[in-house]
Amino acid sequence: MIVSKKEIPSFLDKLISDYQVFAPVQKGSYTLFKQICSGTDAVLDGGITKLPVKEIFFPQSEKLFSYNVTNEGAKLEAPVDDRKKVVFGVRPCDARSLTLLDNVFNNDKYQDPYYLTRRNNTILVGIGCNSPASTCFCTSVNGGPFDTKGLDLLLVDTGDAYVVEPVSDKGKELAEKAGFAAASDADKAAAAKVKEEAVVSCRVNTDGLKAKLDVNFYDPIWDRIHEKCLGCGACTYLCPTCHCFDIVDDAVDCNGCRVRNWDSCAFPLFTLHGSGHNPRSTNKERYRNRIMHKFKYFVDNFNEIACVGCGRCIKNCPVNMDIRVVLEDIRGSEARLDS
Amino acid sequence: MKNPYLPLPMKLVKNFTETEDKLIHTFTLQYLSEEDEKSFSYMPGQFAEVCVFGKGEAPFGIASSPTEPGFLKFSVAKVGVVSTALHLMEEGTIVGVRGPLGNYYPVEEFKGKNVVIIGGGFAFTTLRSLATYMLHPDRRGDYGDITVIYGARNPGLLLYKEELAAWEKSPDINLITTIDRAVDGWTGRVGFIPAVTEEVAPSSDNAYAIICGPPVMIKFTMPVLEKLGFPPERIIMSLENRMKCGIGMCGRCNVGGKYVCKDGPVFTRAQLNELPNEY
Repeated sequence: MIVSKKEIPSFLDKLISDYQVFAPVQKGSYTLFKQICSGTDAVLDGGITKLPVKEIFFPQSEKLFSYNVTNEGAKLEAPVDDRKKVVFGVRPCDARSLTLLDNVFNNDKYQDPYYLTRRNNTILVGIGCNSPASTCFCTSVNGGPFDTKGLDLLLVDTGDAYVVEPVSDKGKELAEKAGFAAASDADKAAAAKVKEEAVVSCRVNTDGLKAKLDVNFYDPIWDRIHEKCLGCGACTYLCPTCHCFDIVDDAVDCNGCRVRNWDSCAFPLFTLHGSGHNPRSTNKERYRNRIMHKFKYFVDNFNEIACVGCGRCIKNCPVNMDIRVVLEDIRGSEARLDS
Repeated sequence: MKNPYLPLPMKLVKNFTETEDKLIHTFTLQYLSEEDEKSFSYMPGQFAEVCVFGKGEAPFGIASSPTEPGFLKFSVAKVGVVSTALHLMEEGTIVGVRGPLGNYYPVEEFKGKNVVIIGGGFAFTTLRSLATYMLHPDRRGDYGDITVIYGARNPGLLLYKEELAAWEKSPDINLITTIDRAVDGWTGRVGFIPAVTEEVAPSSDNAYAIICGPPVMIKFTMPVLEKLGFPPERIIMSLENRMKCGIGMCGRCNVGGKYVCKDGPVFTRAQLNELPNEY
């Protein structure tokens, strides 16, 4: 199937009548996923958004329930957002990050109803990356600029039009309902050519990284590797797979709500005991935990690396920490940032 | 989908000052209905997130035993916002309890075995639950000898004095209490837990050791247990780390790849030997 770029706004407008539609919108110099009211608001050629798509499913601040408590009992109300949603213009790395987060919010023992209800009610329409940025390294962590994992539909930008490739049944249904025209052989060939020409030039060698992390918890390399890091936590807020959160009460006396907010393993308070003891008391332990969590613990638990190679942490670090260099350093080899 | 974030409202029926220094209170919470009680089925060693509405929630080991129906007990040190609010709370107030959470002491494995319980300071809460569970007349026959070695800085800091007095007289349990320095009127032992454990020298034959206490006590008792011949697989410990969600999602209580909340808090020494020492 194929849809011309000119038709996209009217296609989105139609979706808006049936779904909450989220798409990248311009905010100053960058784009962010926001709910849109008009198809013309969507900015689809702005590269990856500043914040990852996770915030639609796991908002930075979210009410878990409200309460009204007296000595007779407690009235609790937990609204779970089950509105139908379409997220339009997701990049493959972000889509893949959701499949990783699914492991966390639907673990072997517990289900998070807030995240999972949103996930189950959302259709993800992706756009492949014709020209990956210099900070992108998705192909080093099992992804790719046209990877379809986690997506329902993939759009391939062929210039004036998008070639539409259904991935899931949900996506196929959406595309059929939209009445997109059939793609000609020439269109398909153009899409194939775009995919072939999209090159992620940066390659981080992760061979043997996990084996190294399995044994190097006490290695002196950790004394050195964190030194530049300020512990500001920006990378954790911008990371599509970081999922740490805090739970707090927002209340006047006994009427109020319990709220969860994004939190960060980069902060000392994150693990501080009531006694004053802190198992990760310095930046060294905290930086090590972040690397270990993504490249060892997550692999141990879910068989996947918890990094999708989006490069947000590289672009936005105030002191230019580059996770690619850190990983190469850990592997004990020279960093190679170009192919 | 069951919402794991929703607490069960319970009534605080007793706010009891447990220790002489007044820093530990024991809270008895009553279920508001029979259905509520049925919905909260727990085992010794599990914990719960107790919430003071308006202040927040914090994780505490359950000090009561499932063999004591009708209520839950928590012994809480006054250290932070939630625990301080609890300490100040009037009886009759509604609090929230979310759980039970985490795994529990392997009481099935203990069957037919001798059990040595070693506790120090106020880390005796889930050990009380465990001992009470095993001492229940319906269950006592399942276990061999039960030895409890329990120490505190001074007699006034020992928890659960009523139970200790009853255990002292009971033929079903061998209770050894100790304090750090001698005081008038004290009839138990004097000395630190590691030394007293070495003196008592419980046999490791067909036995499990369960140990909870401050890190320094654990550190020095561990070699004693090893000397007595307890293999790491039969030394059971319960960890604490800062927690929020209690269900393996919020990311802070991990020790290596394991979450204390979801994969613990009960671990064997053998399991901990495989993990980094971030606790």
